[in-house]
Amino acid sequence: MTDLIAPADEAGVVEAIRAAVAMREPLAIEGHGSKRALLRPVQAARTLTTRGLSGITLYKPTELVLSARAGTPLPEIEAALAEHGQMLAPEPPDTRSLFGAPDPATIGGIVATNLSGPRRITVGAIRDHLLGIRFVNGVGEMVRSGGRVLKNVTGLDLCKLLAGSHGTLGVLTEVTLKVLPAARASATLAIAVPGVAAGVRALSAGLASPYGVTGAALAPAASGATAWLRLEDFPDSVAYRAGRLRADLAARGDVTLLEGAESEALWRGLRDAAPLAAAPEDAIWRISVRPSAAPGVVAALADALGGRVLLDWGGGLVWLAGPATAAAHVAVMQAAAASRGSFTLFRAPAPLRAAVPVLPEEPAALAAIGARVKAALDPHQIFNPGRMRAAA
Amino acid sequence: MIALPPPKPDILARRTEIVAALLALLPADAVIHETLRMRPYETDGLTAYRQMPLAVVLPSTTEQVAAVVRYCHANGIRMVPRGAGTSLSGGALPLEDAVVIGLMRMNRILEIDFEDRLAVVEAGVTNLGITKAVEHEGFFYAPDPSSQLACMIGGNVNMNSGGAHCLKYGVTANNLLGLKLVTPEGDIVEVGGAHLDHAGYDWLGLLTGSEGMLGIVTEVTVRILRGPEGARAMLAAFKGTEIAGAAVDAIIGSGIIPVALEFMDRPCIHACEAFAHAGYPLDAEAMLIIEVEGSVAEQDALLDRIKEICARFDPISLKVATSAEESMAIWKGRKGAFGAVGRISPDYLCMDGTIPTGELPFVLKRIGEMSTAYGLQVANVFHAGDGNLHPLIMFDANDPDSFHKAETFGAEILRLCVEVGGCLTGEHGVGVEKRDLMPVQFQPHELTQQRAIKTAFDPAWLLNPHKVFPLTEPV
Ligand SMILES: Cc1cc2nc3c(=O)[nH]c(=O)nc-3n(C[C@H](O)[C@H](O)[C@H](O)COP(=O)(O)OP(=O)(O)OC[C@H]3O[C@@H](n4cnc5c(N)ncnc54)[C@H](O)[C@@H]3O)c2cc1C
Ligand SMILES: Cc1cc2nc3c(=O)[nH]c(=O)nc-3n(C[C@H](O)[C@H](O)[C@H](O)COP(=O)(O)OP(=O)(O)OC[C@H]3O[C@@H](n4cnc5c(N)ncnc54)[C@H](O)[C@@H]3O)c2cc1C
Repeated sequence: MTDLIAPADEAGVVEAIRAAVAMREPLAIEGHGSKRALLRPVQAARTLTTRGLSGITLYKPTELVLSARAGTPLPEIEAALAEHGQMLAPEPPDTRSLFGAPDPATIGGIVATNLSGPRRITVGAIRDHLLGIRFVNGVGEMVRSGGRVLKNVTGLDLCKLLAGSHGTLGVLTEVTLKVLPAARASATLAIAVPGVAAGVRALSAGLASPYGVTGAALAPAASGATAWLRLEDFPDSVAYRAGRLRADLAARGDVTLLEGAESEALWRGLRDAAPLAAAPEDAIWRISVRPSAAPGVVAALADALGGRVLLDWGGGLVWLAGPATAAAHVAVMQAAAASRGSFTLFRAPAPLRAAVPVLPEEPAALAAIGARVKAALDPHQIFNPGRMRAAA
Repeated sequence: MIALPPPKPDILARRTEIVAALLALLPADAVIHETLRMRPYETDGLTAYRQMPLAVVLPSTTEQVAAVVRYCHANGIRMVPRGAGTSLSGGALPLEDAVVIGLMRMNRILEIDFEDRLAVVEAGVTNLGITKAVEHEGFFYAPDPSSQLACMIGGNVNMNSGGAHCLKYGVTANNLLGLKLVTPEGDIVEVGGAHLDHAGYDWLGLLTGSEGMLGIVTEVTVRILRGPEGARAMLAAFKGTEIAGAAVDAIIGSGIIPVALEFMDRPCIHACEAFAHAGYPLDAEAMLIIEVEGSVAEQDALLDRIKEICARFDPISLKVATSAEESMAIWKGRKGAFGAVGRISPDYLCMDGTIPTGELPFVLKRIGEMSTAYGLQVANVFHAGDGNLHPLIMFDANDPDSFHKAETFGAEILRLCVEVGGCLTGEHGVGVEKRDLMPVQFQPHELTQQRAIKTAFDPAWLLNPHKVFPLTEPV
């Protein structure tokens, strides 16, 4: 356990970072502090948590905008939105069961990891819904980017740069997100397909329909696989589209219709990768590829490693659980590279995470720019050293 | 007038040698250096500003772009990337000592994949060209700027352009998967790819909207989407701007996100009606065009819901299109809004601030007062769903005083946008036009932070160095 610094407000974050700069002492950055297992282990004696920065600061349902301090727990935000029939459209996963973590994610952590769920395929990722940020950079200055309006191209978009930067470029103190009305009804078509390749084709067919599919996932079943396509809208629309889609897909396998609570529970489970949680000793990867390449990736990995898979994003996201070994990781890296995709080692014991690249390497020219961008934001290398990549 | 940085005298003096070097790197017809033939490149959509460049090159391949950039980088020569030159903020405005790198010859569609729902195109393919290439399968490329017939995807990426349908489908940034980029030092790199959410820093997101300052985009991988079964528009006219604003709030509050939600004020309605004869109500203070999508029955159901909501706000008229033709008639006036204003005034400035939608009545009232004070007419079109306001300020370019007043008026509107919680630009970019207003929205250290990121990509500040940031010494 490292020393914990828990500022109560933004000024406290500024102060803590200035102190760290003065002492040239790196900091681990955390939201709820329960997820140090993320990516590579951070080498820092002290940890700065944003848990003290909590609360929704602005919510205008008719303007589709919500701001909250970075340490606000996700469930608090979801509850406030639900009161007005709205949602965070990219439906970030609740990873508590996957990681056996007791505390819910903070909104700052969600933004810092740009972690999106099934609806990402149609509505975009967390970063696509991020309108504005306040963050403290590595010299202890509070910097704003974006704002609280839906359309904004004023200056360089640091929101997207900070989203998904895993706390290595700045400490988010407040985020502003675009929110959307939650659908009034949802239904899912479950299609029994002969295998993964046929399943991905069925998902592509669903996504290429004019019916506005908002979820397209797939899992191998006892025989063959099950493909799921979700529809969300007003009840009359959902009923109509489910009928049309069902007719269009009938030739691809037996179709079952799941409605209401049953459909919602299914997508919660898919969002959280619940089917992969069972074996805690397994490593978990997320591999992002073009959908048509997914069957090849699954064949290469699931069969070779005896791993278990779950496909989301129309086949474009492969969740894989398999042995936590360097050999397995090399196989993942090779499969992702062969399909010109991307990978993240999502869950693994610390020694493995410290020993391997947990994200794809970048070409030299881009890595050089990346190092200069990091230096532009965090010149003294205060934030999360070693989190994303091993120090050069 | 906004100042351009002084040209480097040594570069100007070396012009003949530089042209010869470019001719050695590219085919002869790809290097333009005669005054007359460079003329078309001296300005863009912000025609009040003109500047002849040192030379213009029109490469046809990524390797040619890289060769030119490497040469310019090695010799300290400034560069200005250019697509179709439709920027309304002077984004493509040259410098006297800069080489304009035009991407228009890179206009090939490299790959279309309906199963993976993506297209790979070169930077000079037009926005509409992408949709044209995929529409036979019922697909489209979603962001639809009004300039889509001319503007190019490389320009769209660098401006993060929006369109009338971005309330539902998002802007350019939300519809990209990957880029091929020539860095300011001349390296060729790929960011993102044919997949979603490449792990690592989001270079794709940072480059989008970077206004040609961080690299030259040569290829773009875009998402293509299947179109809806159909779409239909309705028109709702109200007695006051506050009332129309309240109706917009009520529609969105009811859980409906129309694909488009456009607002026009009285002067705009009159200009458009005179131009397009679309049947717009001339007695209205404000008018909304609302479009929904789906099957005919779904459209009916949604339009009924919206009509019911609008009826609560004492409308002057509600007209629901009953056919695609009637929808087109409703859109005709709006789509021609810029042209319509062009007919009543020799020149106009198109402003582009964004405001929190709830501030619309206050902002329109203030703009009306400013219009009286400056003695210049203004018409307002507004993407009401997302708060992006386009005041069109009418002036006479032959009268320097009139232009100066129009610029000052425009700047005052943009300050107001920031004051009420909005921003300087929603989709047209900062360019040179709004460059000197950046300190209105950002603190000095915030601009320094952004400049430091520009420096990380372009240490010598050679790529579009006169855009976006007020002129100071590079950090
Ligand atoms: C690649 C990946 C691996 C993951 N692995 C795990 C895991 O092993 N165990 C687990 O329990 N969950 C893991 N998750 C889930 C994830 O951590 C949580 O779902 C959630 O996103 C973060 O919740 P939190 O608020 O507790 O943040 P934390 O877990 O405390 O932090 C998550 C990341 O975001 C950064 N961060 C947090 N807050 C801020 C802020 N305000 N400003 C800047 N950076 C910030 C942290 O430095 C850290 O890198 C992983 C997610 C991803 C994308
Ligand atoms: C009538 C009219 C209507 C318009 N309507 C809209 C609208 O509805 N929505 C909207 O958002 N905009 C609109 N615009 C503005 C303009 O069309 C957009 O900004 C468009 O994206 C510019 O594209 P372009 O190819 O013309 O780029 P240019 O004007 O040539 O360049 C724009 C900027 O991008 C840079 N650039 C261009 N290509 C590249 C490249 N390949 N690599 C690196 N940098 C590059 C340039 O240096 C410049 O800074 C409109 C303009 C006009 C004239």
